[in-house]
Amino acid sequence: MDLNLTPAEQSFRDEFRSWLKANVPEPWTKDGGEYVDYLRRWQRKLFDGGWAGIAWPKQYGGRGATLIEQSIFQEELALADAPHLIGTIGLSLVGPTIIALGSEEQKARYLAPILAGDEIWCQGFSEPNAGSDLASLGTKAVRDGDAFVVNGQKIWTSFAQMADYCLLLVRTDFDSPKHKGITCLLVDMRTPGISVRPLRMMSGDSGFNEVFFTDVRVPVTQVLGAINNGWTTAITALMNERANLGTGIQVIFKRNLNALIARSRTIDRNGRPASADPIVRQKLAQAYLELEILHLNTNRALTALSKTRVPGAEGSIQKIYWSEMNQRMQQTAQEVLGPYGQLLDFDNGMWQYAYLRSRGNTIEAGTSEIQRNIVAERVLGLPKSY
Amino acid sequence: MDFDLSKPQKLLKETARQFLAREQSWQAIADQGWMDLILPEELVELAVVMEEMGRACLPGPFLSNVFATALLRAAASPEQQARWLPPIAAGEMKATVAILEEGASWDLDAIGSSFVVGGSSTNGERRTKYFVADADVADLIFCVGAECAVSAASALSIEPMPSMDETRKLFEVTLEGGEPLPGGRDAVRAAVDIATVALSAEMVGGMQWVLDTTVEYAKTRQQFGRAIGSFQAVQHQCADMLLMTESARSAMYYAAFAPTPLAVSVAKAYCSDAYREVCNRGIQVHGGIGFTWEHRLQLYTKRSKSSETTFGDATFHRERIASLVVDELSTDVQNIRRATDGVHHSSSDRSSASVHPDRIVRTGASHGG
Repeated sequence: MDLNLTPAEQSFRDEFRSWLKANVPEPWTKDGGEYVDYLRRWQRKLFDGGWAGIAWPKQYGGRGATLIEQSIFQEELALADAPHLIGTIGLSLVGPTIIALGSEEQKARYLAPILAGDEIWCQGFSEPNAGSDLASLGTKAVRDGDAFVVNGQKIWTSFAQMADYCLLLVRTDFDSPKHKGITCLLVDMRTPGISVRPLRMMSGDSGFNEVFFTDVRVPVTQVLGAINNGWTTAITALMNERANLGTGIQVIFKRNLNALIARSRTIDRNGRPASADPIVRQKLAQAYLELEILHLNTNRALTALSKTRVPGAEGSIQKIYWSEMNQRMQQTAQEVLGPYGQLLDFDNGMWQYAYLRSRGNTIEAGTSEIQRNIVAERVLGLPKSY
Repeated sequence: MDFDLSKPQKLLKETARQFLAREQSWQAIADQGWMDLILPEELVELAVVMEEMGRACLPGPFLSNVFATALLRAAASPEQQARWLPPIAAGEMKATVAILEEGASWDLDAIGSSFVVGGSSTNGERRTKYFVADADVADLIFCVGAECAVSAASALSIEPMPSMDETRKLFEVTLEGGEPLPGGRDAVRAAVDIATVALSAEMVGGMQWVLDTTVEYAKTRQQFGRAIGSFQAVQHQCADMLLMTESARSAMYYAAFAPTPLAVSVAKAYCSDAYREVCNRGIQVHGGIGFTWEHRLQLYTKRSKSSETTFGDATFHRERIASLVVDELSTDVQNIRRATDGVHHSSSDRSSASVHPDRIVRTGASHGG
């Protein structure tokens, strides 16, 4: 057991930190053109600096970074207040899945533009009637010559409003058991018949979309993996998603908690600063220790993953922990701030936003219930429940 | 970074588990040399052994000896250490530490005893200490008095304080001051922190036993024609028990690796709540049998309660965390100054200890790892 960074990890961090210092752009303003273009320019800059797809193998233009280095990468991005990674679905989910299961032609065609930020991807998995039970998805793809004709609807699709491509799950066999009739397609979002409608979240932002497919023709060459073997492709993609253990978000939580602690000194509670109130102190300390333990759990999971190399159910434990921890922390924030916590113009509305946004944490990327099923069955070895 | 036990540490864990499964006599345990593991650079190894003791719910004064040994290393003169440490390590002498007074506060500043005076003689004042573990078998009782002065005291009376955890007996002890130890408040605080890490390790081991036993039961117990572990309501209890056990383990091993006051309090605050909760969930999954005297779950449940309050409960340690991170402006908070408009800041610029692994510089010999 040695919790210090190795010299190699330290120099990786130092190198990226000084690169960020020189390259992180000023925050976006309306005068600077479209936000999407601002984000694309940022990813291009990362690519030119050799910092795009750091986890990808070197032969595909990546850096072959270790998991610990990937975690350092996420931390440093957040510490530097860098813009969001617009290509995150492509970089962390689609790219690794194409590397694992794609044909040589697909690798040659799609990987480089993902790295450069030239092509943005979204992930067409969930449907109105296929959420937690993803394998029951009903978007149809019927073979017609050298193409599939797709009809149906996807929902909760992040980045769809700006995406160039979609990693799409469709049903191609209607008679087999539900897991056996799914195929994964690489779909050009400019194909006729695709329409995108943004969904507004209760927090006010519109990260999610509904995507409608009407007689959309997708060439058979666009199948990723084998026809009717799309469930394997989906699991590969989801494991890669969960292998990202939320190291970047922890820095955001830390900043949030520090801001709350600073605020607790200026908010009045019974004639003295809230930070002097014993109950507030208990709650802030609880938030602090839970966040510290999230960080420690992550480092243990990263160590374990580094040795097994197979993303497994650790991701589910992490997901339950950080999502529920954030909800508790945001409730603490509301209690500390009292009536001010709900205001849209107090601290730029960050507290009411963070509170509302946290409600989605235990639902997105697999609900807490599904994650607990996964932990019970795959880690503890309990019998299947459904 | 490698947040996992090294091969020798894993071997030690396995050996300790097998040993404790067949042997629980005091001398046999002492012969393992485990009492020697209280050097700062071997705290992780001590935690490994204590985890297995907690798993076995081992009765006996090992934890008290650990506490006394940590206190001797921190507070005793070289001559006193040479006199007392070897027989304690060999198991020939048992020792314990008396701290709590009638108010039962673990706040060292609150110890109001005027019991110990400087110099080599006692003023003969008598003092009563409470909740002293293993006093009935201790050959040596170290008493922490006012201003955290420590002395090797002699007991005038030792009365049991009958309590729910029969595997860790508590006593009310009336003491008369004896030979003083030179160390003061910092030494006592450091020793309590080491003992707190050791206790947290025991608690993690206890949680693991309860988790394993409960999962095993959920796999075999049949109701409605199927194993109860196939019901999600039961599965989710077990998943939560795992999450709490692993989180407690992360916090505890970090504190063993870098026993700063902040890391120790994070570990003990979490373990105190988690061990109790894991036992409660375990009983619930077991149903009626889990509530009986004959099931070993009751031993762990009671140990979780006694461990919860020993060296300060979660509330105590959260207040200690607050004093370190809410009262003192951490470097991180100072950075927020720039980001947050209109916030009034105190003029303090003291920075609190950071527990981020990449900022620890560890000195001294490295064992395993």
